Amino acid sequence: MAELAPLLSVRGLNAWYGESHALHGVDLDVLPGETVTLLGRNGVGKTTTLRAIMGLIRKRTGTITYEGRELMRLPLHHTARRGLGFVPEERGIFATLSVDENLVLPPVVAPGGMSIEEIFTLFPNLKERRNSQGTKLSGGEQQMLAIARMLRTGVRTLLLDEPTEGLAPVIVQRIGEVLRELKARGMTILLVEQNFRFARRIADRFYLMEHGKVTAGFPVAEIEARMPLLHDVLGV
Amino acid sequence: MTMVFGIPIQAFLGQLLVGLINGSFYAMLSLGLAIIFGMLRIINFAHGAQYMLGAFVGYLLLATAGIGYWPALILVPLIVGLIGVVIERLAISRLYNLDPLYGLLFTFGLALVLEGVFRYYYGVSGRPYATPPLLSGGTNLGFMFLPNYRGWVVVASLVVCLGTWLAIEKTKFGSYLRAATENPSLVQAFGVNVPLLLTLTYGIGSGLAGLAGIMAAPVYQVSPLMGSDLIIIVFAVVVVGGMGSILGAIVTGYILGLAEGLTKVFYPEASSTVVFVIMALVLLVRPAGLFGKDA
Amino acid sequence: MTDLTLSRESAGAAGPLQWALLALAIAALLAAPFVVYPIFLMKILCFALFACAFNLLLGYTGLLSFGHATFFGGAAYFAAHAVKVWHWPPEAGILLGVAGAAVLGLVMGFFAIRRQGIYFAMITLALAQMFYFFCVQAPFTHGEDGIQGVPRGELLGFISLHEPLNMYYFVVAVFLIGVFAVWRIVNSPFGMILRSIRENEGRAVSLGYSVANYKLAAFVMSAALAGLAGALKAIVFQFATLTDVTWQMSGEVILMTLLGGIGTMIGPIVGATLVVALQNTLATSGFPVTIATGLIFMACVLVFRRGIVGEILARLPERHSKQ
Repeated sequence: MAELAPLLSVRGLNAWYGESHALHGVDLDVLPGETVTLLGRNGVGKTTTLRAIMGLIRKRTGTITYEGRELMRLPLHHTARRGLGFVPEERGIFATLSVDENLVLPPVVAPGGMSIEEIFTLFPNLKERRNSQGTKLSGGEQQMLAIARMLRTGVRTLLLDEPTEGLAPVIVQRIGEVLRELKARGMTILLVEQNFRFARRIADRFYLMEHGKVTAGFPVAEIEARMPLLHDVLGV
Repeated sequence: MTMVFGIPIQAFLGQLLVGLINGSFYAMLSLGLAIIFGMLRIINFAHGAQYMLGAFVGYLLLATAGIGYWPALILVPLIVGLIGVVIERLAISRLYNLDPLYGLLFTFGLALVLEGVFRYYYGVSGRPYATPPLLSGGTNLGFMFLPNYRGWVVVASLVVCLGTWLAIEKTKFGSYLRAATENPSLVQAFGVNVPLLLTLTYGIGSGLAGLAGIMAAPVYQVSPLMGSDLIIIVFAVVVVGGMGSILGAIVTGYILGLAEGLTKVFYPEASSTVVFVIMALVLLVRPAGLFGKDA
Repeated sequence: MTDLTLSRESAGAAGPLQWALLALAIAALLAAPFVVYPIFLMKILCFALFACAFNLLLGYTGLLSFGHATFFGGAAYFAAHAVKVWHWPPEAGILLGVAGAAVLGLVMGFFAIRRQGIYFAMITLALAQMFYFFCVQAPFTHGEDGIQGVPRGELLGFISLHEPLNMYYFVVAVFLIGVFAVWRIVNSPFGMILRSIRENEGRAVSLGYSVANYKLAAFVMSAALAGLAGALKAIVFQFATLTDVTWQMSGEVILMTLLGGIGTMIGPIVGATLVVALQNTLATSGFPVTIATGLIFMACVLVFRRGIVGEILARLPERHSKQ
């Protein structure tokens, strides 16, 4: 893997919420087609890292390159057009839009996205409820919708923030299947996840975050050897 | 002679029609205010001045270039909307991260400047704008005489209001507006050019005010002061309706116009204040407004 | 809401320097009528007091009222009517104006505090417009003519206010009392609670304060002090007219406060002085006052949100130890 150039590369990323300094120099790489998971306790800056990469947090320094091109200076709406899709922690389903409207809201940014039919094959529930109000869906369905609407757009990389949070085991399993399916189709995924058991089944590599920094990085093969560290830091 | 509650039916229906006409303008203006507020989180105090501007641009198109009512109906909203676009780009776009009260204060200043300029050049007296020949005269409906132009205003404003509502509820562009009203930064993170959307929204809102202005020109006189008194009533309408709902803003506009017309029949002394009284009563019973969800 | 009042200088804790400056300012006020027309000075003082009263609400409670003309102009009508028709002495007329403004403030505040932010502003504007229409129609205001020829009378029965200097020093005294009252309110425990409401209303609620009552109390105090300014103006200029109850007047007091510096003690005084001086200059130049007012509004919001005094305070280095 070492010979591959990273698709997404973050160096020395600092970010602030108002006066409070949330990220203290995050470094990470994501290779093309990889699924990488950020692990860490609540409040160490995992969500902040995703939001800073997307450009949702504007008070930031450091470098973020995607396909070798700098993202820092782009206006917020240009980040997605470079090929990055974002699935926020709170899912961000719009209450005043129907399921269909939610699904087609994000503009297509590159060719190669899924058609609506393909998406409905992957998420049959959404097809049945396509005329419902977006927020009338169950939590699991909203999560599916939040992922599904990114697939139409042709983005090659997904930033997923806690997709399994608060969902029933059977739904979590379904989301795992979806992510593996996306991975098989060549999607690159940067995942923030509290559910370690879920993450270890789908990730190729892990980064551990503490106090606004990445403190360790290792492939899934080393996971057994890293268990004592993870136990210390995460309590798993 | 037929009487309604001791009032001749012609007088009754006549005042009701006046109320409906006023309500048409309240509805169009509060609709524009609600659209702008939904997206920009700014109360456009200049809305009344833009309405006045619409009437004056129509008047000047006719007086200087001989461009009549029908082309003006297209040109005026475009011109006033374009001026709105420029103002948003130059100034209002700098206020989004501030307390919304600054937007109110800025547009208040803008309203004063617009009104002041026209007062300076055209004085305070109203100027007539002739009813387009196609719509002059009236129609005898049997129970009352309806001036054609007034009938047109009622129908046209209803079409404009419902058309705008449908455009927001049923089109792709409308879904961007609704989504960006809920969560602008997420919509922008999806790749939608939200700053442009904000500019267009202010342009469309201003354009609607301009359209109302040119439609009002043959009904009322064209005067620099026509906007400032109206905007305060429209604010009351917006407080009553709550700005959470576009349809609510429209419906409230018509209802309060009719309420004003009815008051003119039964208790004329209160007709200038009835809208404010209703506002106060609604605040007592439903502080969030008839259609409002939040404070 | 915290954003509106950028300058958070503490108005209290006057040191020796402040006392010296205050003494100097009072001495200047006492000497001023020998240099400048007293009538012009009295106009400034009335509006400065009005702006200070308004700032009590906007600067220290975070509430933007667009209806303060009601209290200023309403009190002017009450005082003028009492003095002219009922032959009350001027001090009693002024007190009636203050009481009337407080009652109007209680009514308007009762409705307006039900909503926040821009809705609050719109409600106050609408209710003030309602009061304007009331004044147009009510017989005692004499409609377009207003109440003219109000006698200034004898203060306490023996000081003739027709004597310009007597009138002037009376205005200075009332002005100082009014500004002192604002200063006392702002620096009292009550004022601290108002400021905590301005900073973070939710937190003030969770601390157990009855925010609605505090807001209403601040509104009534601000209205009463605005009434003091309006009643005083009616006695000085010997008339009360519709001009003082229009929405333009409500806008003018906002401009004075914004220009001078929202949430600063002397900002509104500076702003009122500049606006009145500007209006006097423009009145002879032919340039429309409305346009100038509008342009200053726009400029203040775009580049100058702290106002003149606020900008100066923000640049004083020792003030930076805040927060």
